[in-house]
Amino acid sequence: MPRARRRAGRSRPGGLGLGIATLYMSLIVLIPLAAVAVKAVSSGLGTFWDSVTNSVALDALAITLGAGLIVAAIGAVMGTLVAWVLVRDTFPGKRFLNALIDLPFALPTIVAGLTLLALYGPGSPVGIHLAFTRAIVIVALLFVTLPFVVRSVQPVLIELDTEVEDAAASLGASNAVTFRRIVLPALRPAIVSGAALAFARSVGEIGTLVLIAGKVQIASIVIYADIESDATQAAAGLSLVLLVISLAILFSLRRYGRVRIAH
Amino acid sequence: MRISARTTWSLRAVALVYLALLLLLPLGVVFERTFAHGIATAWSYVTTPAAISAFWLTVVIAAIAVPLNTIFGVGCALVLVRGRARGRALLDALIDLPFAVSPVIVGLALILVYGQSGWFGRWFADHGIRIIFATPGMVLATVFVSIPFVVREVAPVLIEVGEEQEQAAATLGASNWQTFWRVTLPAIRWGVAYGVVLTTARSLGEIGAVLVVSSNVLGSTVTLPLLVYDRDQQVGSAASTGAYAAATELAVMSLAVLLVMTLLGSRKASTATR
Repeated sequence: MPRARRRAGRSRPGGLGLGIATLYMSLIVLIPLAAVAVKAVSSGLGTFWDSVTNSVALDALAITLGAGLIVAAIGAVMGTLVAWVLVRDTFPGKRFLNALIDLPFALPTIVAGLTLLALYGPGSPVGIHLAFTRAIVIVALLFVTLPFVVRSVQPVLIELDTEVEDAAASLGASNAVTFRRIVLPALRPAIVSGAALAFARSVGEIGTLVLIAGKVQIASIVIYADIESDATQAAAGLSLVLLVISLAILFSLRRYGRVRIAH
Repeated sequence: MRISARTTWSLRAVALVYLALLLLLPLGVVFERTFAHGIATAWSYVTTPAAISAFWLTVVIAAIAVPLNTIFGVGCALVLVRGRARGRALLDALIDLPFAVSPVIVGLALILVYGQSGWFGRWFADHGIRIIFATPGMVLATVFVSIPFVVREVAPVLIEVGEEQEQAAATLGASNWQTFWRVTLPAIRWGVAYGVVLTTARSLGEIGAVLVVSSNVLGSTVTLPLLVYDRDQQVGSAASTGAYAAATELAVMSLAVLLVMTLLGSRKASTATR
């Protein structure tokens, strides 16, 4: 029976599936993003250059990228420490703490922003007034990016063979030396990719910051203000710069990830 | 590495204090502010007509965005992992784009294409369909930001379970459709479920992109996150209690999602080791 034979040779999801998936991605993601790039240069390259090199745009970029770097650095250190405690330490409530790490991913960002406003804003119950300053921007970004480094370091640390560490210790290496020479090199790729994701997220974050950033002119807030005042070209210009930065991070991470797997 | 008890204790203390200050303390303060004037007051703020319509709009948007992205996500993962078509690598790279794009840029991008004077927007306007500053635009924004979750959860599971069972089903005469429903889907169900939960969490809480494409008219295009934002922007302690009440409502919804996520996470881990 030819019919049965054709069935047995199972067809694979082929060109049609790829076509539908690409169409969906195009209508929702790719064409709109292309429109931003087109809009940014629609009035000529000179206008685009002016819109991203005026003092407001340059300040916004400096503050945003600076905050991203600080958050990535603190996040790398503290995230690794938290992951270490979650993997190597045992204490009551550890499972609860482990679940808590995902809180920033689950909690709506506007709620996170409001919580920080309640804590550090006017009438702060702890007497610390950070709202509407650059410091609160850093704290808010540390909150939303907490899971990145922890969740990327944790599985590597679980897989890590402790025998090598024991061997180093028996040969007389101190804990500091063992950590620096044995543990850290194994964790480095995970720390770097976690920190890079935290940086990318920081650069684009708005939900947490709309309530608490005040007059701190981070890039997403400047773009939002431009859209609201119909300065669409300026908004598109700054957006294009941010897009290029995030794309660069995304693609270098993919390359980095591939290298890691190859070795 | 043998670590002294003192070092262990101090590392543990630093981690716990950091997490308590960053996560638990702020959340506690919001609950405290919500119920400062009693549970009845808080309840009255989440049952105003504006708050109820915001709640339903949030639920409706999630109810459209989550199934759309689930069907797309499973299909796309199948194409990427099982397919042989050319161009898969490019699609694979593009899937992560929404994670790398700022939500404000998402809003701007959608306005430029689907807004009244946008690329496709004119056609829709001529046919009397309003997308931007209306619910369809907010759905589009939510779909955009939550596209990658299901694909990224399902694809590794598909690789993990392998093709042997599907091939066996095909040899025994099962159609593609039967193979998918009886063999593939049961094997990847925990991955799909986890992806759905992540998509839901993001859909409920999205503000940046939705803020840009909503007209912010109370009772029609305000979701719960936008309600929190609006109430906070108003002056006066009543408005701020209202903001805290709406925030607590959202927080409770997302904590429920987190709980499901944790339960599924341990389920997924235990099936993976089997």
